[in-house]
Amino acid sequence: MSKTYYDPADLRKFGNISDWNKELGDSFFEYYGKVFEEGSLTAREKSLIALAVSHTEQCPYCIDAYTKDGLQRGITKEEMMEAVHVGAAIKSGATLVHGVQMMNKVNKLEM
Amino acid sequence: MVKKSLLARNNDLANTERQMEILSNGIFANGELPTFAKKIKETNQFPLRPKKLEILQINLGYMCNQVCAHCHVDAGPDRKEIMTQDTMRQCLEVIEKTEAHTLDLTGGAPEMNPHFRWFVEEASKAGIKDFIVRSNLTIIRANKKYHDLPEFFKKYNVHVVSSMPHWTRGKTDKQRGSGVFDKSIKALQELNAVGYGMPNSDLKLDLVYNPSGAYLPGDQMALENDFKKALKEDFQIEFNSLFAITNLPISRFLDYLIASENYEDYMFALVEAYNPTAVQNVMCTNTLSVSWDGWLYDCDFNQMLNLKVNSKVKHISDYNEDLLQNRNIIINQHCYGCTAGAGSSCQGVVA
Repeated sequence: MSKTYYDPADLRKFGNISDWNKELGDSFFEYYGKVFEEGSLTAREKSLIALAVSHTEQCPYCIDAYTKDGLQRGITKEEMMEAVHVGAAIKSGATLVHGVQMMNKVNKLEM
Repeated sequence: MVKKSLLARNNDLANTERQMEILSNGIFANGELPTFAKKIKETNQFPLRPKKLEILQINLGYMCNQVCAHCHVDAGPDRKEIMTQDTMRQCLEVIEKTEAHTLDLTGGAPEMNPHFRWFVEEASKAGIKDFIVRSNLTIIRANKKYHDLPEFFKKYNVHVVSSMPHWTRGKTDKQRGSGVFDKSIKALQELNAVGYGMPNSDLKLDLVYNPSGAYLPGDQMALENDFKKALKEDFQIEFNSLFAITNLPISRFLDYLIASENYEDYMFALVEAYNPTAVQNVMCTNTLSVSWDGWLYDCDFNQMLNLKVNSKVKHISDYNEDLLQNRNIIINQHCYGCTAGAGSSCQGVVA
């Protein structure tokens, strides 16, 4: 075992997932590939969504992959940062909106 | 920001043998990645052989007014290698008898060669109809003596191919030097003004996109659409096509990859994106590259690695097309740069 949980070199081994279950692995990668194809949303828009979600998931592999993917598509760093802020806003909003629950509970418990 | 060539900085990588050593050792020597020869053997494409010769690509010299961070030529103002008129005369003799229909002039900044215009005029007399000049754009604005280049190009119906890494100032200047973006925009507007790249005009203006960093180019068509939209909206600029070109791991780009610790990842990315279909149309199969001092190479990259053609004929003064066409193309690990994804050549994607 390596001494850290995450090794950047592991990202390029992602495909090996299929080695231990070919059917499910292959299905996943086929699905994954289709999701990112040009559709009602452009591949460029999907790349930015993926980048934002990579951050909310705090997945270092995904951040690595979708930062590079963005650069390859000519997406600017300003656009990438805006996308990350969208993720961050939803994350912090999701925390904060639970404040309503806290308020409800206080109002219920207090005389 | 890079200000001088590797050569002027006495950088280890100015030595082509050192570059070859790096490309042959490490991850390729220990078997982590297959060598290019091994890879193309898998699909019975070894040895790589030329097809019909279509393009003669002549490097008029390594002198350039820019010092781009990724330059595979290691060009710059401090490079003094310039093609002489004598070597040009030898090229003209070849132009008269070659099967090739296209003359592709590159550099450095080819326009900085003092005999550039004479050479274009003579080549035109010798019957060349299809001229390409790989212009860095800023040369047009660099000095008064270059201001009329758009008119000169137009007179000989030169097909202008220009580098433009991005439609934003920041990314362009980071790769090509401060102020390059504004000058390039001005130059493109001037080319448009004489008819280059305009709808219904015969004057062709194409742009070349190289990634400004350790990643591969995205889809050429998608990038072209983004470039067209942005340059039109922001600057009313028109152009014909965008060629997305992969940076090959040699010279200044190799130096950058190693210094930024991106070399191994980049090579993995190239090998992973290997596309056997692209191998069929790599540019060394229809192009011959001539250096400023008349030596012959399979491509401009092999020229920069000092890998002369594997033929009895190695110099323009001994040119013999039949002998040259019957050769094996020299390959090494840098060739993965031309076969990644949709492939890459001086004319953009190949697969």
